[in-house]
Amino acid sequence: MTITELMPFSVLVPLIASLVCALLPGRFWPWAVTLVATITSAVIAAITLPAAAQVTLSYAFGNWPPPIGIEYRVDAANAFVALLVAGMAAVALPWAKKSVDREVPERQGAFYALFLLALSGLLGITLSGDAFNIFVFLEISSLATYGLIAHGSDRRALLASFRYLIMGTVGATFLLIGIGFLYVMTGTLNLADLAERLPEVRDTSTVRAALAFIIVGMGLKLAMLPLHLWLPNAYTYAPSFVTVFLAGTATKVALYVMLRFVFTVFAPDWSFVVLPLSTVLMILAVAGMFAGSWVAMFQPNIKRMLAYSSVAQVGYMVLGVSLVSIVGLTAAFLHLFNHALMKTALFMAVGTVIYQVGSGHLKDFRGLGRTMPWTLTAFALAGLSIIGVPLTAGFVSKWYLIQAALDQGQWFLVVLILITSLMAIVYIWRVIEAAWFQERPGNQPAVGEAPLALLIPTWVLVALNFYFGIDTRLTVGGATAAAEALLGGGMAP
Amino acid sequence: MMTVLSFFNYWIVVVLMMIGFYCVIARGNMVKKVMGLNLFQTSVFILFISAGKIVGGSTPIVREGVELYSNPLPHVLILTAIVVGVATTAVGLALTVRINEAYGSIEDDHLGDEDDGDEQ
Amino acid sequence: MRENGILRVVARFLIPLIMLFGLYIQFHGEYSPGGGFQAGIVFAAGWILFVLIYGLDAALKVIPERAMYVLMVAGVILYCAVGIAGVVLGGHFLDFYPLLPGKHAAQQFGIITVEFGVGVTVATVVMLIFTLFARRKSEWKAAKVEDDQP
Repeated sequence: MTITELMPFSVLVPLIASLVCALLPGRFWPWAVTLVATITSAVIAAITLPAAAQVTLSYAFGNWPPPIGIEYRVDAANAFVALLVAGMAAVALPWAKKSVDREVPERQGAFYALFLLALSGLLGITLSGDAFNIFVFLEISSLATYGLIAHGSDRRALLASFRYLIMGTVGATFLLIGIGFLYVMTGTLNLADLAERLPEVRDTSTVRAALAFIIVGMGLKLAMLPLHLWLPNAYTYAPSFVTVFLAGTATKVALYVMLRFVFTVFAPDWSFVVLPLSTVLMILAVAGMFAGSWVAMFQPNIKRMLAYSSVAQVGYMVLGVSLVSIVGLTAAFLHLFNHALMKTALFMAVGTVIYQVGSGHLKDFRGLGRTMPWTLTAFALAGLSIIGVPLTAGFVSKWYLIQAALDQGQWFLVVLILITSLMAIVYIWRVIEAAWFQERPGNQPAVGEAPLALLIPTWVLVALNFYFGIDTRLTVGGATAAAEALLGGGMAP
Repeated sequence: MMTVLSFFNYWIVVVLMMIGFYCVIARGNMVKKVMGLNLFQTSVFILFISAGKIVGGSTPIVREGVELYSNPLPHVLILTAIVVGVATTAVGLALTVRINEAYGSIEDDHLGDEDDGDEQ
Repeated sequence: MRENGILRVVARFLIPLIMLFGLYIQFHGEYSPGGGFQAGIVFAAGWILFVLIYGLDAALKVIPERAMYVLMVAGVILYCAVGIAGVVLGGHFLDFYPLLPGKHAAQQFGIITVEFGVGVTVATVVMLIFTLFARRKSEWKAAKVEDDQP
C-alpha cells in the first residue's frame, strides 16, 4: 500500500473505532480503544502527510476520478493543519483518563465514541478536496461536539451546548448556501475544479453572495468577533478534556476552511478586490484581539478567562490573514500551530487543578503554587508563551506577525499587538499572583500535587512550546510552505 | 411579471429562509428555535433542488424514450443534508428535554443568569 | 390506545404493510426513488405506530433496546466492511469494482449491501430516538424519587 493509499485511514480509523467504542461498557475499555485509535491515526498522519510538502497527494474514493468522484486532496496547507489536529488528540488522550473518570463517571463508551467522531470529522474536513464533503464532515464534528459539551457537570453546560448548536447550525447552513451558489454557477463541487471554472463566472452577484455566505459561515465556526458568542460558555462548562481537545483544534480547522475557500477557490486577486475583505478582516481581527484580552482580564473563572483569551488569539490569526502576503499568511499558520500548543497546555494545567481542587475559580487557586508546584509552573510557563516572551513559541508567531505588519507599513498594528500582549501579562499575572503570593485560606482543604498521568502530557506540551520557540525550522518551514501553497494560486494538478 | 413568476421557487426559498431565521433569533422558546432552524434548512434544500431542474428534463430515472434527464446530484446532496438536519433536530430536542429537567423551563432568554455569579 | 377497536384493527392491518413497503423501497432504490435512508424511516414509522397502539413495553419485547444499539453499529460496520473489502481486494476505499467479476454485478452488489447497512442503521437510530424520548419522563421521575429519599 503506497503512502497515498494509506492517507484516508487517518480519518477512517477513528470513525470505525467510534462504532466499536459506542458499545463498550465500563471505564477502561472505551479509553483504551480511543487511545489506540487516536495514536494509530496520528502515526498514519505522521507517515503519510509530510510527503505533501513536495507533491499534492490525491486519493479518489471508490476509484471514481475527480471531479466526478470525491477525493481527498492534501497539499502543504492541509497537511500542516491535519498533523496538528492528530498530534493534539494523541497528546491529550493519555491526559484524559483520570480527568474524564472524575468528570464524566457514567456512560464513557458513548462519550469516547463522540470524541472519536469529532476527531474523524475534524480530520475529514482538513483532508477533503470536495466542498460538500467538507460540509458533511463539518456537521459530523459539530454534532459530536455539541454532545461532548453537554456532558459537563454544571447544568449550564446544557445551555452552552444548546446555544452553540443553534449558532453552529446556522453557520454550517450558511456554508451550505455558499456551496449551493457555487454549484449552481459552475456545476462542480470539487475544490480544484471550482478554482478552474470560477474565473469565467465570478463577476455575477451569485458568486459574490457565495463568497460572503462562506466567510460569515466559517467566521461563526472560527469565533471571529462578533460571531464568537458561543465560545466562552462552551469552553467553560464543557468537561476539561473536551475543552483541552477543542481549544487546540476546532477553531483552527474552521480557519483552514475559510482560507481554503478564500485563497484557493476564489483566487486572492479577486476575493480581496471585490469585497473590501482585507479591511473588514483587519477591523474584526483587531476588535477581537482587544475585546478578548480586555474581558479576559476581569474574569474570575480561569477557564472562562482562557476562553476569552482564545477569542483574542483568533484575532491574531485573522490579522495575519488580512495582510495578504506570504509573511502574513505564514504568521497566521504559525500562530495556528503555536496557539494550539499554548492553549492546550494552559487548559491541561487548569484541568489538572480542577481535578485536584474541584473548581476552576481564581479564589481556589490561592496558595497552590506551594502545594501543586509542577502544575502551576506549567501554567506559568505556558502563560509566558501566550504573552510572547522570547524563547517561547508565542514569541515566534508574534514576531512574524509584527514583521508582516511592518512590511506593509502598518505601524499602528504593531502598537496594537504590543498593547494586547501587555493585557495578556495582566491576566496571566493574576493567576501567578494568586498561586504564589497568597496564602491558602483555612477553610479550603489542602491539596497535594496531581498524579503523574496528568502532569506528564502537560509538561510535554510545555516543553514543545519551548522547543518550537528555540528551534523554529519545522514550524516556520511548514507554515511558509502552507502559505505558499495557498497564495501560489490554485491546488497543484 | 412572467419573469417574476417563473422564479417562484426562489421567492419561496427567500420567504422560508427569512421566516426560519426570524424564528431562531426572535423566539425565546427552545422548541420554537429548533423549528425555526428546520425551516431555515428546508429553504436551502428547495434552493438546491430548484437549481437541479433542467428545462425540458424529466425525472432522473433511467428509462426508455427519455433523452434529457434532470440533474440527480442535487437530490443526493439534499438527502445527505436532510439526514444532517434530522440529526441536528434530534440533538437539539434532547438538549431541550435535559434543560427542562435541569431548569424547569425552556424559555431561553434569561436561563442561566441567576446561577452563581461566574460571568461578567 | 389498545382499547379503541378501530385503531387496533387498522393498525394490525397496516403495520405489516408499512414494513413491507419499507423493504420494497430499500431494495428498489437502484431503479426508482428509494434507498437506505427512506426505507429506514418508513420501517421505523411502522414500529412507532406499533408503539403508539400497543405501548412501549410490548414494542421493546419485539426489538429489545440492546438489540437496537447493536444493529445501529452493525449497519455502519457493514458499510465500512464493504469499503475495506474494496481496499483489501486491491482498489480504493468504497471501490466496488474488485468485489465481483462482472462490472455491472459488482456495482449492484456494492450499492445494495451499502444501502442495506444504511437502512438498518437509520431504522434503529430513529427507533432509539423515539424510545429514549418516550421513556425519559418516567425515568426522570424515578430518578428524582430516588434522589429525594434519604
